[in-house]
Amino acid sequence: MSPVTRGFHGKRREAEGGRVPPGQYVTEDFPVLSAGPTPHTKEQDWTFSVRRGGKEQKSWTWTELHELPVEQVTADIHCVTRWSKLDTQWQGVSIDTLLGPASTDARYVLAFCDGGYTTNLPLADVTGGQAWLAFGYAGKPLPPEHGGPARLLVPHLYLWKSAKWVRGLDLLDRDEPGFWETYGYHMYGDPWREQRYAGD
Amino acid sequence: MAGTAVRGRLTWQVGTVSEVIVETPTVRTIYVDVPDWAGHRAGQHLDVRLTAEDGYSAERSYSIASAPGEPVAITVQRLDDGEVSPYLTDELRPGDELELRGPIGGYFVWDGEPEPMLLLAGGSGVVPLRAMLRHRARTGSATRARLLYSARALPDVIYRAELDEYGRDGAEVSYTLTKQQPPGWSGHAGRVDQVLIEQVAFPVEQHPAAYVCGPTSFVEAVAQWLVMLGYPPSRVKTERFGGK
Amino acid sequence: MTALDGNAIGGLLHEVFGTEMTASVGTCASCGSRRQVAEFVVYLGGPGTVARCRDCLALLMVVTSRQAMNCVDLTGLSDLAV
Repeated sequence: MSPVTRGFHGKRREAEGGRVPPGQYVTEDFPVLSAGPTPHTKEQDWTFSVRRGGKEQKSWTWTELHELPVEQVTADIHCVTRWSKLDTQWQGVSIDTLLGPASTDARYVLAFCDGGYTTNLPLADVTGGQAWLAFGYAGKPLPPEHGGPARLLVPHLYLWKSAKWVRGLDLLDRDEPGFWETYGYHMYGDPWREQRYAGD
Repeated sequence: MAGTAVRGRLTWQVGTVSEVIVETPTVRTIYVDVPDWAGHRAGQHLDVRLTAEDGYSAERSYSIASAPGEPVAITVQRLDDGEVSPYLTDELRPGDELELRGPIGGYFVWDGEPEPMLLLAGGSGVVPLRAMLRHRARTGSATRARLLYSARALPDVIYRAELDEYGRDGAEVSYTLTKQQPPGWSGHAGRVDQVLIEQVAFPVEQHPAAYVCGPTSFVEAVAQWLVMLGYPPSRVKTERFGGK
Repeated sequence: MTALDGNAIGGLLHEVFGTEMTASVGTCASCGSRRQVAEFVVYLGGPGTVARCRDCLALLMVVTSRQAMNCVDLTGLSDLAV
């Protein structure tokens, strides 16, 4: 057992009961964490694609993305490293809008990103108004260190599922582990059931 | 016990703060009394762990500021938005316990080798380099040493009196102040650049050992300039402290 | 985030391997470059700690910690002197 350090509290603050999942603490900061260098894709080179079986089904350029309806999203976000940030404000396009009404028999998606990062999610968790392709944060363009030009935003799951620098979704029949999932993190990642690691 | 400084298990130990020295308004040197301290080499660091009452903990690494043979000390710069450094600089007092693990490192170390040592410090990167100069002074080493220390302004320079003393005693110490210089300043001004590196670097033929420490961008620029001057990469040791 | 280097994971690796590792030489399985661990490009603080090749940025090591147990994946290295 580590001895308690007299007078040390860290920078956390209390939050209203029930607002924060178990094992989390609230921060005012917005920590920048990544597994590699920050990509710097220019808007004119950026595209977002939906693929199935290795084939592109549809894609949008930056301009095309901005022709779609934009939503303002306020959400609490929860990082598996135990910090939570409340009432964060984002602007983006709903993943429902991107996937469209066309039905698919795919049940999972694998988000893929500049720099090679991937993360997997059930299709049901990126639809039904639960996920966005976010390109604005706090009223400004999303900065590169936080995932700009655009990132996935799926606030009901741990933040590693909200893939930064996202460039598309692969529609899959079966759940396949993405980057952190391959290294032992939970395939689903529900912060309210504290699903941090595989087997939790 | 000195043999366990490199080999053997590394475990968390609890030390007692014995002294806190004010180096600058935002910098403190903290001496810690660690029972069974295995000794350390110049350039090594240690990890500090702070634990709150509810079990929340935070860890950071700090370079050892004292020389081999001296009690272990770290020098901490207060980062305004930091989580650990403000505690160490503002709250920690003699008599407090501090959990730490070390010494750590076997790459960024100077053990008294005779080849000329070129020390390049960006901001708090001066800490492990000071341990090296302190070791050199305490052992009466004949190794030629040159330190170029980049800081924002004179009040930010850590260990000024001690470094100037080394400068009078056979080492060559120079400063470059990047944001503000006092009236009559005769040292360098502005950020370190390739020209300044060329001026201070020992000739490659002398087989110098270079140690570069500070923010990542500083370290990478300086290391690259040294390699461009012909320093073999294996003779340019780097330690990045993050930051801009 | 700003990248650090292998010095920053010296304590972690010493704990995992039982010995000082920052001076150890590793070979990148992607590009073959041989460098000391201290020279790896390190990203800290995410769900895990990642060390990448300084020459080609390929993943060399991934360290994750769970309930005081460290798990190290070294498949990005074709060789590592211990």
